[in-house]
Amino acid sequence: MIVELTVNGVPVTARVTNPGSLLDLLRDELGLPGSKNACEQGECGSCSVILDGELVCSCLVMAADAAGSSVTTVEGVSPDDGLHPVQEAMHHAGAVQCGFCTPGIVVAAVDLFARNAHPSSNEIKDALAGNICRCTGYGAIIRALEGVGATDEH
Amino acid sequence: MEIVHPNSIDEALAGLGDGAIPLAGGTDLMVEVNFGHIRPERVIGLRRLAELKEWDGQRIGAGVTWRRIETHGPKALAEAARTVGSPQIRNAGTIGGNLGTASPAGDGHPFLAAVGASIELASTASQRTLTWQEFFTGVKETARRPDELIMAVHLPAGLPERQCFGKIGIRNAMVIATVCAVVTRADDGKTTVALGSVAPTPIRATGAENMISSIGHPSAGDLVEFQRLVSEEVRPITDHRSTEEYRRHGAGVLARRLLERCLS
Ligand SMILES: Cc1cc2nc3c(=O)[nH]c(=O)nc-3n(C[C@H](O)[C@H](O)[C@H](O)COP(=O)(O)OP(=O)(O)OC[C@H]3O[C@@H](n4cnc5c(N)ncnc54)[C@H](O)[C@@H]3O)c2cc1C
Ligand code: FES
Ligand code: FES
Repeated sequence: MIVELTVNGVPVTARVTNPGSLLDLLRDELGLPGSKNACEQGECGSCSVILDGELVCSCLVMAADAAGSSVTTVEGVSPDDGLHPVQEAMHHAGAVQCGFCTPGIVVAAVDLFARNAHPSSNEIKDALAGNICRCTGYGAIIRALEGVGATDEH
Repeated sequence: MEIVHPNSIDEALAGLGDGAIPLAGGTDLMVEVNFGHIRPERVIGLRRLAELKEWDGQRIGAGVTWRRIETHGPKALAEAARTVGSPQIRNAGTIGGNLGTASPAGDGHPFLAAVGASIELASTASQRTLTWQEFFTGVKETARRPDELIMAVHLPAGLPERQCFGKIGIRNAMVIATVCAVVTRADDGKTTVALGSVAPTPIRATGAENMISSIGHPSAGDLVEFQRLVSEEVRPITDHRSTEEYRRHGAGVLARRLLERCLS
């Protein structure tokens, strides 16, 4: 079947023949490898995207079920001429080590700031409860995001 | 593979049968698909079906997500919702999908058992409402026929104000319950205790309920006896998440603590 959806504001069409995930569609068919595949069972959050306004794990969205939907991936969060404040802050705080979790954390944080401009530390931790990072111990990530919340630039 | 996106309940029901599989948030179903355990040929996509998302007082549509229940549900059900997975899981996962999977560890189930909720099912031919006891028939087994959709959960009117959910797991976020439970206590003392993850289906600890319901102001000794009765009544197993002994002990302790919270 042919699936039409909007990805990062651009209408796209893809052929889907199996019950596979939106994550596979993004990475393998649409050439958007920013969303990472680590667990395929909703545990790690490295595949996080915003689907019709909601933060979800793209590994748990059936590609065929995304027909007609609007998806924002990590490739779509930044303005053309630079980085999103979340990316900027993580970059400066050294909140990236191996970087595998980073796209999912960026998308989850972008979603958080879109709903809550000045989250508390605990709200930041709650918002990241579905994103696993094996390297940083989370300290630098949370400090970076606290810095974003302290400004009005997002 | 074929997917149908019905515009109405009637269209959804007409599409069922012939091995068609309902898909709501996908947070259970897609794990099975990704791991090659099932390979659906026909899928009925329910995610955007507005009728299933209706929430009218005591009737919660099957398509209502944990995210909405977390902010709008009755106290103990909202507390349960808050512990389901992560923000990503709660944004997608629905109460209907939780019932469709009927995992013994389903966090939505103890509340339904504690308040005596019923589950509405429909097919093109019929509509029926089952008590929670009739609905849950075993580990990941329910009375739902393949041609039926879970439509909604019905809560009784006048829920006790004092109601608490609790969950024991190996960490705080993103954890499947080792034991989960809801305790409610009405003004006249009537107490209900429902537990998950300690039997093939959610269960009520009726012996403990009867004992404590007749006591207006339970003493420390009464609470110890209540805990003992709960531990005695559960039927847990040992599996990859925990042991029978730990679950039995944990069930009693958790129920006692929830009762204390209700009493305080
Ligand atoms: C990382 C992770 C963490 C999780 N944590 C928890 C947790 O803490 N607690 C917990 O209880 N669960 C947890 N779950 C399980 C899952 O999120 C819940 O059971 C959720 O409620 C399922 O809802 P869904 O809409 O995603 O269901 P789906 O996956 O869409 O469907 C689940 C099953 O129900 C059927 N179904 C769905 N809707 C209907 C309907 N209306 N009528 C008939 N059948 C239907 C489907 O065919 C399927 O068999 C977790 C899952 C993941 C991946
Ligand atoms: S790959 Fe989707 S949550 Fe891990
Ligand atoms: S930086 Fe390596 S997993 Fe997070």
